Amino acid sequence: MTKDGKFDFSRRSLLRAGAATGLVAATPTFFMRNAFGAEFRNNPGNASEVKLGFNVPQTGPYSEEGKDELRAFKLAVKHLNGEGDGGMLNTFTPSSLKGNGILGKKVSYATGDTQTKSDAARASAKRMIEKEQVLMISGGSSSGVAIAVQSLCQEEGVIFMAGLTHSNDTTGKDKRRYGFRHFFNAYMSGRALGPVLEKEYGKERRAYHLTADYTWGWTQEESMKDTTEQLGWQTVATVKTPVGAGDFSQYITPVLNSGADVLILNHYGKDMINSLTQAVQFGLRDRQANGKNFEIVVPLFSRLMAQGAGDAIKGILGSTNWNWSLQDEGSQAFVKSFGAEYGAPPSMAAHTCYVQTLLYANACEMAGTFYPPEVIKALEGFKFDGMGNGPTEYRAEDHQCFKDVLVVRGNQNPTSQFDLLQVVEQTPRSQVEYDWKIFGGELGPYKV
Amino acid sequence: MKNGTMNDLTRFAIFAGVVLAMPLWLEPLGANYPDLLQKFAIYGIFAIGFNILFGLTGYLSFGHAAFLGIGSYAAVWSFKLFTMNAIPAVIFGVLFAGLLAYVIGFLSLRRTGIYFSILTLAFAQMSYNLAYSVLTPITNGETGLQLSQQDPRIIDSLFVEAGAGLPSTNLFGMKMSGYPGFYFCAVMLIICFFISMRIFRSPFGLMLKGIKSNQNRMNYTGLNTRPYALTAFVISGMYAGLAGSLLAVTDPLAGAERMQWTASGEVVLMTILGGVGTLVGPMIGAGLIKYFENIFSAFNNNVLADIFSFLPDSVSEVVVSVLGLFVGSGWHLTLGLLFMVVVIFLPGGIMEGIDRVISKFRSSRQPVADNKTVSSQNQPGE
Repeated sequence: MTKDGKFDFSRRSLLRAGAATGLVAATPTFFMRNAFGAEFRNNPGNASEVKLGFNVPQTGPYSEEGKDELRAFKLAVKHLNGEGDGGMLNTFTPSSLKGNGILGKKVSYATGDTQTKSDAARASAKRMIEKEQVLMISGGSSSGVAIAVQSLCQEEGVIFMAGLTHSNDTTGKDKRRYGFRHFFNAYMSGRALGPVLEKEYGKERRAYHLTADYTWGWTQEESMKDTTEQLGWQTVATVKTPVGAGDFSQYITPVLNSGADVLILNHYGKDMINSLTQAVQFGLRDRQANGKNFEIVVPLFSRLMAQGAGDAIKGILGSTNWNWSLQDEGSQAFVKSFGAEYGAPPSMAAHTCYVQTLLYANACEMAGTFYPPEVIKALEGFKFDGMGNGPTEYRAEDHQCFKDVLVVRGNQNPTSQFDLLQVVEQTPRSQVEYDWKIFGGELGPYKV
Repeated sequence: MKNGTMNDLTRFAIFAGVVLAMPLWLEPLGANYPDLLQKFAIYGIFAIGFNILFGLTGYLSFGHAAFLGIGSYAAVWSFKLFTMNAIPAVIFGVLFAGLLAYVIGFLSLRRTGIYFSILTLAFAQMSYNLAYSVLTPITNGETGLQLSQQDPRIIDSLFVEAGAGLPSTNLFGMKMSGYPGFYFCAVMLIICFFISMRIFRSPFGLMLKGIKSNQNRMNYTGLNTRPYALTAFVISGMYAGLAGSLLAVTDPLAGAERMQWTASGEVVLMTILGGVGTLVGPMIGAGLIKYFENIFSAFNNNVLADIFSFLPDSVSEVVVSVLGLFVGSGWHLTLGLLFMVVVIFLPGGIMEGIDRVISKFRSSRQPVADNKTVSSQNQPGE
């Protein structure tokens, strides 16, 4: 078929190719099924079961949080189906939940591994939507992943109840009509930490930032910078570090001679464990700089990370969404049933995921349907209590929950292996509230 | 043209038929959902393209993910700047990948063997780091490049008013997610397969095979082999760029992790698993790896317990706990075992296994006449 070393596209082969292409182009009509018909995505119709999708990192730098989230999801499903002791179902007000599933349908679930990567997370979410036909997707642990999955959910018309995601962008410039966040954000962390930092470390400090190089790190650095500079602190340098770096020594060494006297670690998960441990090993905390004790601040703190970092966290300040040592009724009920199930207290990641699942189920009950636009309207502006954070509101304008924020300190004398964080201050909601317009972004349409 | 036992046209027709009927025959395997079908087709293209380089010339590139990544970025930028139509995105993806492949190939092909592999790996890792941190304004780093409401979309804005939500990728109005997206990718795959087949059969393909068997001898005859190898490298890079742009067409997001060395390694695995130098092998390897990644990783112990519920409780508990190691996040383990088995017992990949089965089947039916057909199996190209 070929002569003189050139491709020979004869009339015959062209015809063949043409015919094949025509056949190929017509094929979609033969095989396309179920593409249309349902009035909304994954309508359960008369099925006796509904499925929720839990998309969490089971591998990668945030996997510890992910595994704890998964435990909480399973517990929430159990409680929704009326099994176990009911947990927060008993303390949650105003609740429409009956303990017989959602709208009388038994709840089941599908799980996926996000690998802490946007690509893998979206593939996994797509599998859950297209194959497992889930009605709602929850999970996260990385804001980059949460934002990627949230925008996918908007396109697909499936509600996304964000798990642990702390970036301002999730409900800021990247907010979506189908996405909801119970967790607090970097801005609130900054506002809550500000007064405490002033009280503890004074007004004249020089701060050095090490920041995880993605959306969460960027917004947290920005918020912390704003807060500290308002106090009168100076920012010496802000350095971005790759996520999952493992070894941070090359970033910590320059801190020693930078003239800074506070190191702000905008890291999370295993990254924070590694960078904090190394910073302490390098003797940062025993140093004196500018005539003051050198201090380290970890704006987003979690018990799981504290467990990983061991002695390094003692005395270090940070903020958190929730801590298991809280004494209110809701927290106690949750800690009790989580502990009975898994033998350890829940982390704040577990708490927010558990609450999100209950809130979604409750919104379906309130709306009386699974039809997403109605469920969204039920969630928007919803005020509730008894979920461990005191009175809480889902702001309608940006789908962000507003509640008190905890400022915590690494416990100097822990009484047990879980008693690692000590609540320094419970910052009231009014202090961390902000105008939703400051971050820009648009929610988009109810119907997709 | 006859090669082996089957006419090329028949082979092409069977391939096209099998690919287009994927939603039917993958249904019982639990893999019939658009996202995975799209991945099968897209990574099939990636692997077929890789095989043009590795299978024909024997140059083992460890940096093909760079071309996949740049294809994705180019496609997403085309969505952001010009139009949501898939065609320009694909063209840009292929073009930019081709350019990058030309540059990397021009430098790397000065060396052969392991040195070539290391050079390509180094370039890919450089591209990854550029995309991850240095070029953040263009690539949006770890967060990944995404569409936004504020994008200009010059061509689209001339014709239609921007809607309330983000627009979706389309092919002249046909939405490119779900099954239509799969058929778009499948048609691309079939075209790519056709081109690859023509390359395998052409004098150019023969020249590439010559490079693989003995490059020195080729040079002694007075032939400069490098332009041929470079052409193969660029074609193969363009295939990867096409695959990358299709990833963006079916899901408009590009992340730096697409360029990571693990992604380069994956395509090598796919090709070796399926059969290096065969036409269909890489496609089979790609399908198998994606199937493992998506289906096996989603199994959890509950699913396993369901499957083995027919066994007595004590037995099923043991079986579930042992098998649990190999599914879920342990799917890599299963894949590793499978890879070892294939490489040790079937060095020619799964295609060799299929050939063996077929020849056994034939020889039991016609014990005398099969000598000739068997001898052709060792030749590259089939």
